Amino acid sequence: MSNNPNETKYIEVPGPGKIPERDRGKRPVLEASHLGIDFGGLTAVDEFNIAIGATEIGGLIGPNGAGKTTVFNLLTKVYQPTRGVIMLDGKDTHGMNTTQANQAGIARTFQNIRLFDKLTVEENVKIGLHNSIGYHLPSAVLRLPRYWKEEKKAHDRALELLDIFDMADLADVRSSSLPYGAQRRLEIVRALATNPKVLLLDEPAAGMNPSETEELMNNIRKIRDTFNIAVLLIEHDMNLVMGICENIIVLNFGKIIAKGTPSEIQSNPKVIEAYLGNTAEGEEADG
Amino acid sequence: MGKKINFLGKTNKNSLMGLINFGIIIVFFAVVTILKGAGGLTNALEGQLIPICAYIIMALSLNLVVGISGELSLGHAGFMSVGAFTGVIVAGAMKYNGVNANLPRLIVAIVLGAILAAIAGILIGIPVLRLRGDYLAIVTLAFGEIIKNVLNCLYVGVDGAGLHFSVTDEAHMDMAAGGTTLVRGPMGAVGITKASSFAAGIVLILLVLFVIQNLVNSRTGRAIMAIRDNRIAAEASGINVTKYKMIAFVTSAAIAGSAGALYALNYSTIVPKKFDFNTSILVLVFVVLGGIGNMTGSIIAAAVLTILPELFRQFQDYRMLVYAIVLILVMIATNSEKIRALWKRFTGLFSSKKGGSVNE
Repeated sequence: MSNNPNETKYIEVPGPGKIPERDRGKRPVLEASHLGIDFGGLTAVDEFNIAIGATEIGGLIGPNGAGKTTVFNLLTKVYQPTRGVIMLDGKDTHGMNTTQANQAGIARTFQNIRLFDKLTVEENVKIGLHNSIGYHLPSAVLRLPRYWKEEKKAHDRALELLDIFDMADLADVRSSSLPYGAQRRLEIVRALATNPKVLLLDEPAAGMNPSETEELMNNIRKIRDTFNIAVLLIEHDMNLVMGICENIIVLNFGKIIAKGTPSEIQSNPKVIEAYLGNTAEGEEADG
Repeated sequence: MGKKINFLGKTNKNSLMGLINFGIIIVFFAVVTILKGAGGLTNALEGQLIPICAYIIMALSLNLVVGISGELSLGHAGFMSVGAFTGVIVAGAMKYNGVNANLPRLIVAIVLGAILAAIAGILIGIPVLRLRGDYLAIVTLAFGEIIKNVLNCLYVGVDGAGLHFSVTDEAHMDMAAGGTTLVRGPMGAVGITKASSFAAGIVLILLVLFVIQNLVNSRTGRAIMAIRDNRIAAEASGINVTKYKMIAFVTSAAIAGSAGALYALNYSTIVPKKFDFNTSILVLVFVVLGGIGNMTGSIIAAAVLTILPELFRQFQDYRMLVYAIVLILVMIATNSEKIRALWKRFTGLFSSKKGGSVNE
């Protein structure tokens, strides 16, 4: 398993797109075909086709308003698609809501951070662990041994997960009092706690300085390798995208205009015209 | 940071707060018992003891919805009245069938009152919990009024064949000759044999505290608070929003029902009008004044604000005015930064003496 994107070899899979060669034999963890959504008369996303390999790190880029977050909202079933099919780990997500999609194996973070502000860092992670904590309300109200056993397990697991980002010593801090970067990391830990098969990160490096971004890149790779999951991320920081993504999808006006490896994307004239051409003015401003 | 992480560090802190709540209630009971023995309680004040217990339970119940679940309910007196009238009917029917001992009648009345209020909570929760914020508040208000008006035209009697119900008048109940009317429409429940006692009220408060605190400090409680803090993130973390909002709402309704039964069995008559919008608001005042989500605050606010009008009897006509002024002053005081800082320093001193593990 290589971390260098340039060494990734791709195989074509039946359906939309290609996945890294190392994921051969495993079916793509996330597949979308002919995905689209209309808001009233406006088509926000159309003909969106992807296949994400079981351990792939994918990137979704595009100018502001291209529909990237809308795609995330479709994949996590915050929006119900107008057209198309989303297959999550081989299961059709048709008719699922956000909660069920998460339980089926997709977890996400948010562009505008959404933590449980009044809960502690540890409790935030325990919300992610919620569906793996095995006791019911009566055991909790009567404080049966099962409650203590499962709470202890959840506590240990939460600290273990927080340790990925060296945040275990912040476990008892209220999540709202964390600095911005730590809040973003906590969101990732909480998403990981739901035991996903694919992790969607919406601008994970927003507001981070270059050294924090570098650390984040290493952590994303570490997460992929430790948990053996796929990652799909939206990011404006081109160093991060080109540095860790093995496969990049470029979205403009709700449609895919290019797909490929970082080097293919960088030399694609369509991308340069639609996107990279205006990074100089556009990107710095919205942070 | 230098913070030591011990197993369930946070829960230890919470259970300390929980023990404080139990302590307050037991001290309250002890003080009242001593005063009673020494003859230090006026009749008027002694008459308020069971209502105080009932209002403390109501405040705890509403705090579960407002503070923990984060939804504003303006119809909580409705659930209290369901419990009250269920309790009165059950206790009356038991009395008719020869159960004269107070405690079993009270226990059965409270249990059934809670169950029926929970059922009302489920029925109302299904449509209401689809709404959010102000809309939810308005609809709960409407449901509270609906419950009151239904009870206003309810006639219940008991005879050898069992319970008889009517929504038109007493004659339509078709009771046998020896039957007793238990609920007489707008005149309410009549001829109740008092079954509540202060000690039973205290035990019920302790029980309710136990349930609420253990609920809050569990995966269920965390899920409820997560939905309060950020609904979308909770959904994306695999939390079933409808289920957990419903658990909070129905538990709260059941607790309000038990408070209603305790309250009603303290009087000889009780009218549906007692459980109107004003009562719902009164309980909301306890919760807001005591601090939203703060169970200790709810207990103290409910007790103090129930006693206060009695203490102000000497002001005669002006007593509600004085009550309102005190309310405003307390609201201003508890929302003032300076007073809060002072309070924090005070409690900081207090907790550092106890071992100083609560440094944040």
